[in-house]
Amino acid sequence: MNTEILGIIAMFGITFLLAIPLGKYIAKVYGGEKTFLDPIFIPLEKLFYKISGINPSKEMTWKQHLVALLSINLLWFLMSMAILMNMSWLPLNPDGNPSQSADLAFNTTISFLVNCNLQHYSGETGISYLGQMWLMFLQFVTAGIGMAAAAVVFKAFREKTTTQLGNFYNYFVKSCTRILLPISLIVAAVLVFEGTPMTFNGKDTITNLQGDTVQVSTGPVAAFVPIKHVGTNGGGFFGANGAHPLENPTYLTNMVEMIAQFIIPMAMVFAFGFFIRKRKFGWMIFGVMTIGFWLLAAPNIVMEMNGNPAIANMGIDISQGATEGKEVRIGAAASGFWSIVTTVISTGSINSMHDSSMPLSGMNELIAMMVNAFYGGVGAGILNIFIFIILAVFISGLMVGRTPEFMGKKIEAREMKIAMIIALAHPFLILGGTAIAAAFPSVGSVAISNPGHHGFSQMLYEYTSSAANNGSGFEGLGDNTLFWNISTGIVLLLGRFLPIIGPVAIAGLLAEKKFIPESAGTLKTDTSTFGIMIFAVIAIIAALSFFPALALGPIAEYFSLK
Amino acid sequence: MKKEILPAIKLTAVLVVLLMVVYPMIVWGMAQFAPNNGKGKVIENNGKKYYSNVGQIFNDDKYFWSRPSAVDYNAAGSGGSNKGASNEEYLATVQARIDSFLVHNPEVKKSEIPVDIVTASGSGLDPHISVQAANVQVKRIAKIRGIEESQIKQLILDNTEKPVLGLFGPERINVLKINLALDNFNKL
Amino acid sequence: MSNNKNTSLFQPELLNEAFKQSFVKLNPKIMFRNPVMFTVWIGTLVMLFVSLWTLFGATGQGSFAYNFIVFVILFLTLLFANFAEAIAEARGKAQADSLRKTREETPAKLENGKTISSAQLKKGDVFICVAGDVIPTDGEIIEGLATIDESAITGESAPVIREAGGDKSSVTGGTKVLSDKIKVVVTTQPGESFLDKMIALVEGASRQKTPNEIALTILLAGFTLVFIIVTVTLKPFADYANTPITIAAFISLFVCLIPTTIGGLLSAIGIAGMDRALRANVITKSGKAVETAGDIDVLLLDKTGTITIGNRKATNFYAANGVDQEQLVKAAVLSSLADETPEGKSIIELAGINPSTIKIENPRYIKFTAETRSSGIEYGSTRIRKGASDAIKNLVEKADNIFPSEIAERVKTISSNGGTPLVVSENEKVLGVVELQDIIKPGIQERFERLRKMGIKTVMVTGDNPLTAKFIAEKAGVDDFIAEAKPEDKMNYIRKEQSEGRLVAMMGDGTNDAPALAQADVGVAMNSGTQAAKEAGNMVDLDNDPTKLIEVVEIGKQLLMTRGTLTTFSIANDVAKYFAIIPALFIASIPALKGLNIMNLHSPESAILSAVIFNAIIIPLLIPLALKGVAYKPIGASALLRRNLFIYGLGGVIVPFVGIKLIDMAVSLFM
Repeated sequence: MNTEILGIIAMFGITFLLAIPLGKYIAKVYGGEKTFLDPIFIPLEKLFYKISGINPSKEMTWKQHLVALLSINLLWFLMSMAILMNMSWLPLNPDGNPSQSADLAFNTTISFLVNCNLQHYSGETGISYLGQMWLMFLQFVTAGIGMAAAAVVFKAFREKTTTQLGNFYNYFVKSCTRILLPISLIVAAVLVFEGTPMTFNGKDTITNLQGDTVQVSTGPVAAFVPIKHVGTNGGGFFGANGAHPLENPTYLTNMVEMIAQFIIPMAMVFAFGFFIRKRKFGWMIFGVMTIGFWLLAAPNIVMEMNGNPAIANMGIDISQGATEGKEVRIGAAASGFWSIVTTVISTGSINSMHDSSMPLSGMNELIAMMVNAFYGGVGAGILNIFIFIILAVFISGLMVGRTPEFMGKKIEAREMKIAMIIALAHPFLILGGTAIAAAFPSVGSVAISNPGHHGFSQMLYEYTSSAANNGSGFEGLGDNTLFWNISTGIVLLLGRFLPIIGPVAIAGLLAEKKFIPESAGTLKTDTSTFGIMIFAVIAIIAALSFFPALALGPIAEYFSLK
Repeated sequence: MKKEILPAIKLTAVLVVLLMVVYPMIVWGMAQFAPNNGKGKVIENNGKKYYSNVGQIFNDDKYFWSRPSAVDYNAAGSGGSNKGASNEEYLATVQARIDSFLVHNPEVKKSEIPVDIVTASGSGLDPHISVQAANVQVKRIAKIRGIEESQIKQLILDNTEKPVLGLFGPERINVLKINLALDNFNKL
Repeated sequence: MSNNKNTSLFQPELLNEAFKQSFVKLNPKIMFRNPVMFTVWIGTLVMLFVSLWTLFGATGQGSFAYNFIVFVILFLTLLFANFAEAIAEARGKAQADSLRKTREETPAKLENGKTISSAQLKKGDVFICVAGDVIPTDGEIIEGLATIDESAITGESAPVIREAGGDKSSVTGGTKVLSDKIKVVVTTQPGESFLDKMIALVEGASRQKTPNEIALTILLAGFTLVFIIVTVTLKPFADYANTPITIAAFISLFVCLIPTTIGGLLSAIGIAGMDRALRANVITKSGKAVETAGDIDVLLLDKTGTITIGNRKATNFYAANGVDQEQLVKAAVLSSLADETPEGKSIIELAGINPSTIKIENPRYIKFTAETRSSGIEYGSTRIRKGASDAIKNLVEKADNIFPSEIAERVKTISSNGGTPLVVSENEKVLGVVELQDIIKPGIQERFERLRKMGIKTVMVTGDNPLTAKFIAEKAGVDDFIAEAKPEDKMNYIRKEQSEGRLVAMMGDGTNDAPALAQADVGVAMNSGTQAAKEAGNMVDLDNDPTKLIEVVEIGKQLLMTRGTLTTFSIANDVAKYFAIIPALFIASIPALKGLNIMNLHSPESAILSAVIFNAIIIPLLIPLALKGVAYKPIGASALLRRNLFIYGLGGVIVPFVGIKLIDMAVSLFM
């Protein structure tokens, strides 16, 4: 079989096989059960809590969780603005890169704070090593925030009736120390030996073989890249992100980075099943996500491998596929695969330029982010699919002749209101943002770098990526302007915190409700039938909200590409 | 919220120490055991040092050309063309590259030109070309360097990087390495 | 329970009223209650202005005719939705009216001898009824006893006995006294009877949205908002793509996408649920009660009348040692000759002897008294008695005869098998035992099986001893039983189940039942029951039929299912509508998008018209389904979901493709 296809099978297969035990491990971590890393981390965490004056066993209600979560995020926001706007004179700036302007710093801060990592700057020239290290810190902690929020939801469905949903700091610190950090270290070890630099020296100057002098950017890349993937952050150390030969030097690192970003989102699904002691439910969710994932990924792999028909018409050999914006060492198949993985799980790191993807590949990337729940970002994925589950439960509950209930809790007006607001927020932010950019060409669509339908897709992609907290881009967009920095910054903020607040609130409200035992008339939520229902809800909501926009962008481009 | 701020500050402080200082130092420590102490893989040749993973511009007819680059292989930055597949201007550029390639390689049939050699990479620093992209340049290089085509073909075979474990990923040629080999074989 | 039940959905006289109401309901204040249809209302108004605008020379918005047709179709959409609600209301009202009519303007004789009209009766008034009178209004008997014909209400022709004190003291307005004389106190203010309340509920004045209806309305409002966003943002998108889109196209797109089908039918479904209950002769005090019925987990059922047909039947004769079987049978028959009770009749039936063939000189019949707890016959020197075993034992032992041990043994066996033993003696010597058994209603096992498949636990409540109760419970197939039940036992059972999160339904009639009826999530009071019981429950069953609970549960499930399936259908329809409208919007300026016109519709205008026409006519087409409800099949939740998802989900995707294409073919004939 084609070695490019085999590579994809290996990446997916290895991730899947590792995700199950990791899921079990994550469930144990949040459940406070014994794990093999206890001897290292128990004393460490104790020290942390002691210094911070935190009692990790103090139970919190869902509201207290949200207050703690938002407070610490506010703190990081302020710190981040201070660092990014003063990098030029702060230490660790060997290349003498400038400080960021207020609006760019706002955008960058929000972008990393919300685990999105949309970048309106280029890593080589727009940020110092201190800035990079700070962003790396945010990559850890924001992933930890997402996982902690998911853990609150986990907890809400483990107990029959409770207001006590565990301790926020406990979930958060454990996510960072016991899950993100160890995996990052493993990935880093592979990267440094495959040639990813880890140095604090500035740009190197070399004379190339043809005699020209060029500078080569390096830096502490091997520390940055692992957490960028493990935490599904995706912000590149370099402008070219995962396509850059120093971030992703070989096919092996490509596989490792792929598995690194894919594994926690997948494992979280299994962790949910293990944690609430309903493994079958976890498998059902996994099934829905996996089918959705492959429905997007398989066409992309095929389309990218088939290449651009417009170039084929020129009469050359396009058997390597759509190579524009792709690296030879990675190939079209692995690039197409990555383009969907990175968009479904909201990593947003790229190993090929999505702007140059085939039109319908671009559409699939957009759909992946519009759905944002096929696996989804660390923690965030569970939160997002949870909203779809609530909607599916509501409609299918009625269809079997009972007022809807999920995990023994009745879904009533209040929960529906929250779920609908969250479900609405996504199309509102994406379509609203794009509409404003389209309506005001002097500040909005002026930034596009391609004419016609593709130009429209560039704007749509930018807001979709922001709302989905993805961070990838149709990078031709000249987006470091006041308008784009501020508008995407706002979309990023709402796109992050609404989908955290909503599900946590719903879970908290449901947890307080009386538990209703299951009977033969109860809708079973761990069956394939219900899986189909969830899938239908996702497909319908995404398709119905975004079809007109997609028709004007990638679909129109597809039909006009002959 | 006020109650939560103080613990948040203290917790952030300890996490900064762990994640911004201790973690990178561990990675840095590991890097000291890696090739070139983790400063990126380099090739030393004739006393000069090149980053083997960072693509270089090769547009001289005596060398295997590297792929087009949106950043002209200036490794201080990186990036792709970001042109959409239907962009007329972009398609015209590709057509121009094909024409130019045919001018420099008159023996090559158009249908033999592999797409990677006329399209820009994502990073603009792609160190590789496809094996076929090397093969279509053999006649030109042989002529300029005055060596047998078979010898160049052998070089290509020697420099073909195999898939991981022979199973995963594409075959490719590192342009810098093969051009160094070319120079070492036949210094012009 | 089969009178005044009109199976035809649309009676001409109702249609008239509904047509009128369809227009009355166009009042924006009324429309506002339904957010989905309210947005259509606004869209219709906009189209009216646009049509006028084009009439007076606006350009770029298409022809006047086209705009006007869109306006008309939208207007029809509104009318159809209003009509759905109006016809449901009219049906419910007609049903209730026909019940109420029977009791209007009946003369009422007061205690003081004056006669006034029933409409003048106030709560607390006392009136008198004698044989032949129609009871003027609902009340409670405070003195006397009467046989009453309740067929006007229940459709049951057999007269019933109602008497002061006890649990059978209620009388219903419109029923007729057949014998005797009763004094009745009025229990409700005029216009406040259950029926009046129900009519008010149906009419909409006091109709409140049920919790589930509210949650569903939120969902639908959410979908409507999504499409407001989609349509509004489409304007700058289209401008950017240099594609002018007419206002008519925008409004059509919007109206087609929002869930108008379910939005238009939602209140009709709710009313129809109450109406179906009423057709089953159950008066519901709120829409919520019907909805809750669909969720019931536990059903408390009285044994007598529900599980067993009220009376026991003789099933066996067991002769004592040394007694001829024939002698026992004959004695048992003789003792039952004057016994008018069903038990007595059943003995004769079992013996297979025609009583008229028995000739006895000067028989003296001994009536059953509470003291002797036996009855019998005496003729000549023969004294035959039959009765409870301890009563006969007393009798026998008083005469210094022995009560045979094998008979004592037999008595015990019969009891433990759920039966009742009657011992027969002749001249104070035991002849044997007649076994009476409870007769389980035919078909009841199947009903319980059906309930079990619905996920409902059935609990039998009986005064029997645990041994008998267990036997009958097993035989009838109920899941649990409460034996030797006292009223507080029911209450405790309900509380226990509720504390575990289950919803409990029960039926009751006595004042004793009132607290339990109030505690239960669905409490169905029998109309014959006391006023207290009727006040406490949230439904009243006019038929006094204990199995009615089962029907009520199914009505509740149907109600919820109809909502769910039509929501699914409505939303699934959008897929096809998109494929009709989106290419139509863009095809002029982006010819490439004709690839999306997979239905190959005639022209952009015909595509848009077809979609809105389909969107409009699907509402009246689904009214019958909304009123009748989706059929409930107890096949388990997952199978049910699969089935409904297949029919209404997949069907909802496919049907509009076919429908829009057909309409387009018709429309294109005129274009």
